[in-house]
Amino acid sequence: MAKKKIIVEDVSVRYILGDFKETSLKDVIIQKLKGTYQQKEFWAVKNVSFQLDKGELLGIIGSNGAGKSTLLKVISGIMIPTTGKLAVNGTLASLLELGSGFDGELTIKENTFLRGAMLGYTREFMEKTYRDILEFAGLEEFEDRLFKQLSSGMKSRLAFSIACLVNPEILILDEVLSVGDGAFRQKSEKKMIEIIKGGATTLLVSHSLSQIRRLSTKVMWLDHGELLAFGDPKPICDEYEIFLKKQK
Amino acid sequence: MVNHISEMTIPTDWSVAFVNLIRSGVQKIKKNQFLFEELIKRDFKKKYKRTILGMFWSILNPLLQLAVMAIVFTKFFGRGMDHYIIYLFSGNLFYSFFKDATSSGMHSLMQNAAIIKKINLPKYIFLLSKEVSSCINFGLTLVIYFLFILIDGVPLTWRILLIVYPILFLIIFNIGFGFILSALFVLFKDVQYLYDVFTLLLMYLSAIFYTIDAFSPTVQKLFYLNPVYSYISYVRKIVLYQTVPSLEHHLLCAFYAIAALIIGCLIYKKLNYKFLYYM
Repeated sequence: MAKKKIIVEDVSVRYILGDFKETSLKDVIIQKLKGTYQQKEFWAVKNVSFQLDKGELLGIIGSNGAGKSTLLKVISGIMIPTTGKLAVNGTLASLLELGSGFDGELTIKENTFLRGAMLGYTREFMEKTYRDILEFAGLEEFEDRLFKQLSSGMKSRLAFSIACLVNPEILILDEVLSVGDGAFRQKSEKKMIEIIKGGATTLLVSHSLSQIRRLSTKVMWLDHGELLAFGDPKPICDEYEIFLKKQK
Repeated sequence: MVNHISEMTIPTDWSVAFVNLIRSGVQKIKKNQFLFEELIKRDFKKKYKRTILGMFWSILNPLLQLAVMAIVFTKFFGRGMDHYIIYLFSGNLFYSFFKDATSSGMHSLMQNAAIIKKINLPKYIFLLSKEVSSCINFGLTLVIYFLFILIDGVPLTWRILLIVYPILFLIIFNIGFGFILSALFVLFKDVQYLYDVFTLLLMYLSAIFYTIDAFSPTVQKLFYLNPVYSYISYVRKIVLYQTVPSLEHHLLCAFYAIAALIIGCLIYKKLNYKFLYYM
């Protein structure tokens, strides 16, 4: 039997909550002295378990704050679970919300190389494929512009074009297929399907239910961090649609 | 007896663990060499883009500072010391390097928060790229420093080659201190203002423009509690007085650097996955 690509066992993630992002050293010292220092906790993901085989595409659905992105961050290794275990077997590429993290003061070319380096490409590879990236993003004429002069659609198109060159065994997509205008969306979906057909195990977060229905082999429904359903796409998507209607 | 043995082994375990930590860090940098180079390039391009004088600013800036200090302290306070300008320059050169490297290092994590939240990368790579940029800046000023030594007619001896020693350990000290500061800055955003005050205090405690001869020997020793002063006085000894500093002085320079690096590495290791919550 082939080795499972992803095994998630009873994983929970706890966030420390509060307005501590703005907390200053001065405040903390004063609060500690007064004894009023406290942190609130919040479980973003609660006791989630599942397994994925090679070539499967898991669509993850759920309303905002359901823990979808947190779960993906755990699988991509950016966060570690507070409790529980997970095993990820194979090279992993993660395309989380892509538009951010670029440097507005640099040109497109400089940003492209920097992002490529962050995604783990080599310099030779970037030099070879730079033209293709620009062409795929449709940004050839803008090459020497500063990044901040691009429209937000162009930015996401560039981000997607750099990222989709990967050939990973495990691919993580967080809301990236809804990028750019209609034509580009079709093109990017085609490209993704190409990668998935190549045998990658994929995790896809999308608010477009029709996309999930079309692409997924399995679906996971998360709600307030808990796993409500896991399995065949059709029944779960149907149920989710009813759930969404009720909420309205 | 048993106790004694366990006491003996703890330090060696620690040092082995520490060496392994550094080694795996270096391996990760090699793996991410392309990224490392691109980050350094980015810092440089952003720093020098669209300024007419470009790179010359980084040389001009310390020179102008030096000129101001030289005028103020020689003309108004009338210091009658030989090669006072070199005395001043030595202090200012090393203090500025420390301040520049640690201040820019402090922001390295928060500046790249958007990336750190999205892509799994070794976080210290952002700090180290800043440190390399500061080192290049320092290198440029160092060339001017040597020119000044030649022009001012300070006797040249082989001992000037020893300058490699304090530079090497100051770089390590800067990295360690940068680790600590950047971690603190993620947790507490007011650290940047506190650090401004701290560096101002440090400047006055580093005897950059005054000599410490007037103090009692005990007070003079207390100055060595300041790591930056320890590096500055090392350089002055070899350049201005052409003497080789004592063994203790060598050990002190090494101690500060390694201690800062160990504390910094431990903080990063402990907080590695916690940074995310604060960004």
